Amino acid sequence: MAELITLSSLAVGASAVLRDFPKQGVAFLRLREMGLLPGTSVTLVRTAPLGDPIEIKVRGYNLTLRKSEADHVMVEPAAGPAMK
Amino acid sequence: MNPSIVKPAPVRTSVYALVGNPNCGKSTLFNALTGLKQKVGNYPGVTVERKVGTAYTQHGHPLTLIDLPGTYSLAARSPDEAVTRDVLLGRRVDTAMPDRIVCVVDATNLERNLYLVHQILDLGRPVILVLNMMDVAEQAGLTIRTARLEHELGIPVIACAASSGRGLIDLKLALSRNDLPLPRHAWDIPVAIAPAVSELQASLQDNDKKPPLIARAEALLLLTDQDSVRVAGSTPLSDRTREILVSWEKRWAADGTDWAAALVNARYDSIGRLTADIVSTASTAPVGPSRSDRIDAWVTHPVWGWCIFGVLMAVMFLSIFTLAGIPMGWIESLVAVASEWVSGLIPPGDLHDLIIDGAIAGVEGVIIFLPQILILFLFIGLLESTGYMARAAFIMDRLMSKVGLNGRSFIPLLGSYACAIPGIMAARTIEQPKDRLVTILVAPFMSCSARLPVYLLLIAALVPDEQVPVGLKIGIMLLMYALGTFGAFGFAWLFKKTLLRGAPPLMIMELPPYRLPRMRDVLQQMTERAGLFVKRAGTIILGLSIVLWFLANYPKVPENQPDTDPLAYSMAGRAGHALEPVIAPLGFDWRIGIGLIQSFAAREVFNSSMGVIFAVEETDDEEETRGHLRDALRAAERPDGTKLFTPLICLNLMVFYVFAMQCISTIAVVKRETNSWRWPLFQLGYMTGFAWFICLVIYQVGRALGY
Repeated sequence: MAELITLSSLAVGASAVLRDFPKQGVAFLRLREMGLLPGTSVTLVRTAPLGDPIEIKVRGYNLTLRKSEADHVMVEPAAGPAMK
Repeated sequence: MNPSIVKPAPVRTSVYALVGNPNCGKSTLFNALTGLKQKVGNYPGVTVERKVGTAYTQHGHPLTLIDLPGTYSLAARSPDEAVTRDVLLGRRVDTAMPDRIVCVVDATNLERNLYLVHQILDLGRPVILVLNMMDVAEQAGLTIRTARLEHELGIPVIACAASSGRGLIDLKLALSRNDLPLPRHAWDIPVAIAPAVSELQASLQDNDKKPPLIARAEALLLLTDQDSVRVAGSTPLSDRTREILVSWEKRWAADGTDWAAALVNARYDSIGRLTADIVSTASTAPVGPSRSDRIDAWVTHPVWGWCIFGVLMAVMFLSIFTLAGIPMGWIESLVAVASEWVSGLIPPGDLHDLIIDGAIAGVEGVIIFLPQILILFLFIGLLESTGYMARAAFIMDRLMSKVGLNGRSFIPLLGSYACAIPGIMAARTIEQPKDRLVTILVAPFMSCSARLPVYLLLIAALVPDEQVPVGLKIGIMLLMYALGTFGAFGFAWLFKKTLLRGAPPLMIMELPPYRLPRMRDVLQQMTERAGLFVKRAGTIILGLSIVLWFLANYPKVPENQPDTDPLAYSMAGRAGHALEPVIAPLGFDWRIGIGLIQSFAAREVFNSSMGVIFAVEETDDEEETRGHLRDALRAAERPDGTKLFTPLICLNLMVFYVFAMQCISTIAVVKRETNSWRWPLFQLGYMTGFAWFICLVIYQVGRALGY
């Protein structure tokens, strides 16, 4: 299995598969209910002009979340250059 | 009783609830079904909009349709979402449990939208599923086998495009069906969790007196959310149910069962199997970045993004600031005509004054805000329905997070530079209640257009035209705007650190695809806001205006003292005197005190108040009047012969106007938006207290330095 990195350190345009996801906390429950589950693939679309928050594509829609949350979401990058 | 005169029992119309994710086109559908037969109000006890309308089935039978706030899940996070959950679970005393539920989903994004539907099907109520935006889904190359979906779920599924009216007849036909089938909703609750669901359901039935299916749905919610107090909301759990929940949590913690994620995962598994079967993407589907992605490349660009944002905000701000001035002028002339007309009907006297200076002026004080409110909400409606609002929040979030707010607070604060009233009303777009409250509490620090005439007058009195460059005047003006802005952000930061501390604001937000605005929806929302303002805040403003008029006119000067100034003799004048010990340390005397009190009607009243006190003749030309007033202020002296309006006093007075809460209309709107007198009174206290303190420091330090 490839090495896991945080969702916030994914490069713009890169895709990855969600692997490890915090169990506790309001933010993570909401993200989970919006379809971010282990095994879901996500693409980092862009970061906001000031560097935070980030925008991802998941299950066909675009979602924004802050780096403070994305820092806790571990993903397995798809093949290709994925790190910033 | 004579049976022939017994009235037929009123037939209770069926109640349908409309539910769905945010951005699924639910409001457009609601408007299309109910037309103008809508009633907008508040759910008692919370500041959540309650929209109820009358729709007609295809056979012409009326039915009641409740538009419930959009949510992604029944595990509610905000007061809005809690209302949706509570109505569906039959917990609210003011709103009966709906007979039937219409679930609206965005067909282009079925998986995530079906999550909420999946939870709602658990309730075992008759459900109609509306696949909205089918036109967009087809353009994207998606094929959805609705007949298959209907078969799988056992409920009517209607393909629809609310914006063009497609599918509305099918929906109305479904609404008129008497025999709506109950959903066939079988899904596998994970084995580790299933016994806990049964046990909790039994206890919720026995100890909390919930009907069986509701008890099951509540049990599932308790096991989805980790916070049972939040789930229970206004209906606390019985001790027995709570014990069962705690003992299961302990058991799972001991054997390492990941219960928190289990139910969400199971639901998505079930949805995944369903959609794999019914949705297929055509091989001819457009590939590469979508239209929205291409627009976003510009709109959220590090350079162009700011330019677009800046231009849009400038247009919006200038429209409120200047464009609104035109209809405001009409309102003023109309009121003048009305006053004159009434003048001719009623002989001079107390009644004449009460009607013209009290009542008519009070009505003017209400409707004068309408142009600004309408313009701001026109812009907000356009920004929201196109999808730009989410982008604005996206690019502003980082800046706003510095003071603990999120990107959504920006527009209410910007709007407050024109007028705090529409600004505070715009704070409704902020989801988290604490962030909304903080934004409302600091919004009046932004220098509004009513402060402008006061600043202009005092700057004119402060710096003689002849000697100083124009730059100094502009500099002082900008300083005042900057002070207000720093005040707002400083206090926002302080409140988020202390009084309204809480979980850091979430910024988990969908960026919906760009769409053309639906003008009908935008205009409907805009007039709704204006109507709510007139109905709720208007009555308070009118009442307080009459009280202020009364204070400034009574008691009348006795006839044997013709030299006494009526204003000084009135209660407002006496209050100015009474206030003198409090404001003397700031360098203000009783005459300024009267101006401060009268400013509660609107800050610019300070100018006319000074005009009355210093007996300045009013002319038709505003500039000329201000010139006379400026000369009068410069000439004004204290009893000891020193000048009253020294540069230090002028500056201090401006600073006082920056920070003090002196606007009954704002107080009335805050009362309406927070649903209590507590917050507007707190705001009045802390803002005015802070203004007093700052001015005390400025005056005392200034004097010590010899100014």
